[in-house]
Amino acid sequence: MNSIPESKTLPTTEVISSKSHWWDLRLNEIWQYRDLLFLFVRRDFVSVYKQTLLGPLWFLIQPVMATLVFSIIFGKVAALPTDGRPMVVFYLVGITAWTYFADCLNKTSKTFTENAHIFGKVYFPRLIMPLSIVISCLIKFAIQFILMLAVLVFYVYREANIDLNAMILLTPLLIIIMAGLGLGFGILISSLTTRYRDLQFLIQFGVQMLMYAAPVVYPLSMVPEKYRWAILANPMTSVIETFKIGYLGVGTMEFSHLAYSFVFMLVILLVGIIVFHKVERNFVDTI
Amino acid sequence: MSAVIKVQNIWKQYRLGQVGTGTIADDITRWLANVRGKEDPFINLGDTNEQNKTGNSRYVWALNNINFEVKQGEIIGIIGKNGAGKSTLLKLLSKITSPTKGEITITGRLASLLEVGTGFHPDLTGRENTFLNGAILGMTKKEVKTKFDEIVAFSGIERYIDSPVKRYSSGMYVRLAFAVAAHLEPEILIIDEVLAVGDAEFQKKCLGKLQDVANEGRTVIFVSHNLAAIKTLCSRCIVLTNGHISYEGDVDISVVNYLKADGFGGLKEYKVFDGQSSISIPECDLLSVGVKAKEKHFGDPIRMDEEVELVIKYKKKIRNCTLDVTIQVKDSSGNYLFVCSSARSTIESNMGRIGVYEYTLEIDSNFFNPDTFYINLLVVKDKKTTCLRQEDVIFFHILDKERVLGEWMGKSAAPLFLNFPWRADSKN
Repeated sequence: MNSIPESKTLPTTEVISSKSHWWDLRLNEIWQYRDLLFLFVRRDFVSVYKQTLLGPLWFLIQPVMATLVFSIIFGKVAALPTDGRPMVVFYLVGITAWTYFADCLNKTSKTFTENAHIFGKVYFPRLIMPLSIVISCLIKFAIQFILMLAVLVFYVYREANIDLNAMILLTPLLIIIMAGLGLGFGILISSLTTRYRDLQFLIQFGVQMLMYAAPVVYPLSMVPEKYRWAILANPMTSVIETFKIGYLGVGTMEFSHLAYSFVFMLVILLVGIIVFHKVERNFVDTI
Repeated sequence: MSAVIKVQNIWKQYRLGQVGTGTIADDITRWLANVRGKEDPFINLGDTNEQNKTGNSRYVWALNNINFEVKQGEIIGIIGKNGAGKSTLLKLLSKITSPTKGEITITGRLASLLEVGTGFHPDLTGRENTFLNGAILGMTKKEVKTKFDEIVAFSGIERYIDSPVKRYSSGMYVRLAFAVAAHLEPEILIIDEVLAVGDAEFQKKCLGKLQDVANEGRTVIFVSHNLAAIKTLCSRCIVLTNGHISYEGDVDISVVNYLKADGFGGLKEYKVFDGQSSISIPECDLLSVGVKAKEKHFGDPIRMDEEVELVIKYKKKIRNCTLDVTIQVKDSSGNYLFVCSSARSTIESNMGRIGVYEYTLEIDSNFFNPDTFYINLLVVKDKKTTCLRQEDVIFFHILDKERVLGEWMGKSAAPLFLNFPWRADSKN
């Protein structure tokens, strides 16, 4: 399968055949359909708050509620340490970062099953769908991120023990890693669920479990040295820790850990795209 | 004119039954074969896709060995009964799924319309959905923008364009959806049965639009059960039967082939009633009904300039009554054309006696114009009680005669031609 753009005036020729090569990912097509990508993002965003009173404000309720619940359960009842930072900001920073990854993963993992109808009727590069999800989640993340900054500013104003530092400059990289991990895992799972629905049940609590295997509700420093490798194996660990260092000034962070997460992200993304591309050719027959 | 679509040896296999447990075993076997560089072990399995028969294999061939070419600017019709593989073929052409074997070469931008309004979101307004749907069908935002006013005008729903589509009536919804699709400007357009929507006026508008598309030199592949639309629009036709091409070429012959396809509503030109299909009432057993050209056999094509014979055979089982047969003849749209009863004739052959009777109705040549005709059969007892009424018992096609060049070639407006005598008197 290849499209050869001969020249501007000559029509392109395309061959549809039973064979495809794993390296032929047709990523150039995504560029051709970029308008569709942004219209999907718009649709996702607009349709969520149509006919609601508060509109996008609803995106704020979730992290606020989660922060309150975590503060009560993990902060007060379980009395887990927060590295000497106010509980509210400690949990909010963790939740904001984690939610973006979890949203990307959860939503992209349903790409094939939820869009079977539209995929069965019209062709466009299927990768557009999970990409649009990652971008619309980014909008939601941006709103929640602003809330996080507002809360931080409030605490800094009240002279709480917080030091924002230069590590916040890594934020774009962290977002890329989270988006890549969420997308990579998501499309991989989505590809496998077209045949084996079992994974759909797994993903629901899997993501939840994964959160406890990352330092969201506890600081990494609290984990005994002996077991720390297990938590560090989670590629999200260094992302969350770097977030906490940048915005709170506490955490355990090494660049080697961050590099591990980055490479992990690249690998899972590549594997995800290859498998996704393989499955998209015939998934309509088995869904 | 060069071929813009070239379909070569296309095969498509489907797995039957539940995909789930057991699939993994097949998947592993297939993967192992693939790793060792061997052919897919399941590829040689599979039956032809005859839906009413139970096959031996878990795999069926929805398409087997399809080959055809479409030239630029042609309007090709694809017809076939349900399950013949039409939709599968369209899905392959539009890249929704890929063939099991074979290759399709497409030259030019292709857009397919397997459904109108794909991707419409109920909460978005007509305007938002127009852009979204346009993009899904492959238009850029800029293209939709330049054609937006045209699209809205075509759909005729200017007033509601900023309301969410969930508040639209189904007619408005479909009209907007079709309007978007109609303003696609691909070099090749694939359309599946979308004309079955909207009122008569809108359908006419759609057909006109399709005609325009073709006049602009673009290629159209059109799948429909609407034979009239196929006949009006298409220059060539492909008939699919159980996954293979059973006929390719002239539209009229294709339509006849399609209608004749075995199992089409159980209708045939000649039918023998025995075993399972037997039609039996206390008064008689129906043995056979058939239509043929005079001095020809059942099943031979009937031309309009041949005399037509209708033969009905039954076995009378009771004494002391008369049984007459009545036929009601309908055209391809189901309109009643005429009724003809043996009761009006003077035959008295079946008075009283038990036995097998054969009735033959002779119809003049040139009485039927080319069309498809359906027959209802009634058996009337003692000229007053209808004891059997069989709808659409058989059907038959009348083909055009060969005309001399220079003679009028158009189609007749009515299905029948009555040869009543004319008289011309000079009155001066």
